[in-house]
Amino acid sequence: MKADVAVGQYCEGSSFLHKLNPKWKILFAIFYITVIFFAKNIFAFALLILSAVLLIAMSGINVKVLLRGLRPIVLIIAFTAVINIFWLRGDTEIFHLGFIHIYLEGVINALLIVLRVVMLVLGTSIILTYTTTPIALTDGIEQLLAPLAKIKVPVHEFSMMMTIALRFIPTLVEETDKIMSAQKARGSDFSTGSLVKRAKALIPVLVPLFISAFRRAGDLATAMECRCYRGGEGRTRMNVLHSTWRDPVMLLMLCVLLTLIILLNKYAPGYRLSM
Amino acid sequence: MEPIIKAEHISFSYPADEDTKPRKALSDVSLEIEKGSFTAILGRNGSGKSTLAKLMCMILFPDEGKLFIEGRDMTAEGIGEDDIYEARKNVGMVFQNPDNQIVATIVEEDVAFGPENLGVPSAEIRRRVDEALETVGMKEYARHATQRLSGGQKQRIAIAGVLAMHRDIIIFDESTAMLDPRGRKEVMDTILRLNRQEGITVILITHYMTEAALADKVVVMSDGTVADTGTPGEVFSRVEEMRERGLDVPQTTELLWRVKNAGYDVRLDIFDPEECAKEIARAFKIDGRN
Amino acid sequence: MAEIEVKDITYVYGKGAPYEIKALDGVSLTFPHGQVTGLIGHTGSGKSTLVQMLNGLIKPDSGEILLDGKSIWEDPKKIRDVRFKVGLVMQYPEYQLFDETVAADIAFGPKNMGMSPEEIKEAVEKAAHFAGLSSDLLEKSPFDLSGGQKRRAALAGVMAMSPSVLVLDEPAAGLDPGGRKDILDGIKKYQRESGTTVVIVSHSMEDMATYCDGIAVMAKGKVVMRGTPPQVFSRSEELTKTGLDVPQITKVALSLRECGIDIGKDIYTVKFAAERLLSGGAPYES
Repeated sequence: MKADVAVGQYCEGSSFLHKLNPKWKILFAIFYITVIFFAKNIFAFALLILSAVLLIAMSGINVKVLLRGLRPIVLIIAFTAVINIFWLRGDTEIFHLGFIHIYLEGVINALLIVLRVVMLVLGTSIILTYTTTPIALTDGIEQLLAPLAKIKVPVHEFSMMMTIALRFIPTLVEETDKIMSAQKARGSDFSTGSLVKRAKALIPVLVPLFISAFRRAGDLATAMECRCYRGGEGRTRMNVLHSTWRDPVMLLMLCVLLTLIILLNKYAPGYRLSM
Repeated sequence: MEPIIKAEHISFSYPADEDTKPRKALSDVSLEIEKGSFTAILGRNGSGKSTLAKLMCMILFPDEGKLFIEGRDMTAEGIGEDDIYEARKNVGMVFQNPDNQIVATIVEEDVAFGPENLGVPSAEIRRRVDEALETVGMKEYARHATQRLSGGQKQRIAIAGVLAMHRDIIIFDESTAMLDPRGRKEVMDTILRLNRQEGITVILITHYMTEAALADKVVVMSDGTVADTGTPGEVFSRVEEMRERGLDVPQTTELLWRVKNAGYDVRLDIFDPEECAKEIARAFKIDGRN
Repeated sequence: MAEIEVKDITYVYGKGAPYEIKALDGVSLTFPHGQVTGLIGHTGSGKSTLVQMLNGLIKPDSGEILLDGKSIWEDPKKIRDVRFKVGLVMQYPEYQLFDETVAADIAFGPKNMGMSPEEIKEAVEKAAHFAGLSSDLLEKSPFDLSGGQKRRAALAGVMAMSPSVLVLDEPAAGLDPGGRKDILDGIKKYQRESGTTVVIVSHSMEDMATYCDGIAVMAKGKVVMRGTPPQVFSRSEELTKTGLDVPQITKVALSLRECGIDIGKDIYTVKFAAERLLSGGAPYES
């Protein structure tokens, strides 16, 4: 139960975003990230927020789940905010204490940067990880890179490795947990003592973990051979990635968003982001 | 009828490492498996059971002797990788550790892995996957994550993966060893159904005597050789020999054996508790005790 | 001599999450000193959680665990000492072996306890003896051992700490019948000679019937039955209702009753059944 690691926080669903072709989704995510970086003033950011709300609506994912997903980056967000508030100098000083000067520009800048980070995480996770299974994502990458196979890049092998890694990460996390418990039962102490002592305490965990990983790899190789695996050649797929009308629609929406952001950047008044 | 698998005097040694001598795993093993039959292989750890299984699905090859799969001599001169690949299409294997044979994170994707490797067209894979999941009773789990399933469910997925490849023979290499009683029952029920309803040839390697008692034929391995073979009734009746080999017999047989040793005339080849009780009652009535 | 007692403990996995699972729900249980107590239940019945609580690997949400009348969580900083007193052998313990030689691996626990080299040497030899490892194996790499030997080496690693309570989670899982018997006989012998309190978790009713002085049955996070093997197995209807099986021989005894031969309901080993059946003359009074 502890092994519920968020490798791919996929949420089952059948929304517009779920039904996009994973191959294009990867490009859409990159596109969206680019758009986020284009936004330079408050109006452009307002439009971005609107787009994020739209994305959430299109994904059908519970907002609570999304917010929980943001928890791990709270520290990064706080750090960025603080740096910006204290670093940036401007014309309107709003606070002064000793050598600390805080300017309105700094506060606004911090706010926008934080918004940008949040949007980056939200955008990519909604478009990709929340609405695409890890396997579909890997398939998408494989198809995107397929042209490279012609110049002998092992694209299929790479994607198979990804698939297997995704499959085994939770298993190995669970195993680590088990071995740590077993060694704790024999008096291992992972939480006190000097750094060297703690690092040393990890040896009795890492050795069995590696050995087990190799054993699993050997077993898996045999099992795959028994299931007639011999590389990507001549292999078919059960789920062929289909493109539907949804993909061009998504592309169009992103293009419109980009255009609007560029226009807002150029013509809208107000503070401009300096990063 | 021609046996579906035939081993003639096969021997096998694991090659030497830097600091170990070559280890003889099988010597002079001869064996016939009938088409559509259910064979159980018993033996202590290290008796050569798993090696035999790996030979039968052509992960390993015998050093000596001949091995026929569906009438074809896999040890003949000129047998190449493609021939092995073709022959392997008919022999599936389900391993001991459910975690180490599942490739994909989603149930149906894992079941599809085998047929995908065979180059089966997409629509046909879809059909086979649905059918296989139905057969093992896991249809409602098709879109579930493999990680969250119980051991018994994982093994049934592995079985579905083999079924979707439309194989004639399935070898179970201690596939129930790591399961709890409920999981074991799930898997055994599935195995029996495959054998009796789908006509699949089943080879079951196990430590559980009660599972072996369900087979048509039992092969007992000891020190790399076939020590005994026969119907479960015949093999388990030899209680002392089984004990000497570090094995056991079902409790029903043991009780009947003790009763027989006390001078009663009872059959030993009974594995059902109710039948066992009836047999004892019959013998006691003859004896005039009741 | 040690007695371990759990009092009204509860534990919830994944608290607050949508898949919250109540693993233990008000469990109270005593493991009397010098006895072998068997813990039976399905996967998910809470027994694995419970055994990891006995040596403080998991802390209960509420309730107490008393070792010789003293709460093990009285001073959380001293929980490591509790782990030396309550030795836990986890499932498939062979996967925890790591050191260069079997002897060094067995010495890991004693070393952590701060024993002197002489004491360690003695503890290792004694534990290896009880676990049934011959002395020529001690200088080998644990990874060159057979499956059964690895299991015994891991068992010796815990025995070497001379715990006053030894807890074993499925010690015989995956072994062949001979291997099962060897390891369980070894544990029983160790228990008899050292007077240790032993707790065994197992799915095998047959093994439990043979090796345990007392049995506790768990279902859905609760203790549903407690008693001696004959007491527990004579309630076979209830056992079957919780989805557990009874030993095959118990079923034979029940069928025999229907056939008019009453050897009692409390039958749980073949030897015992045969004795009752063949003791001749007077039918057993139940």
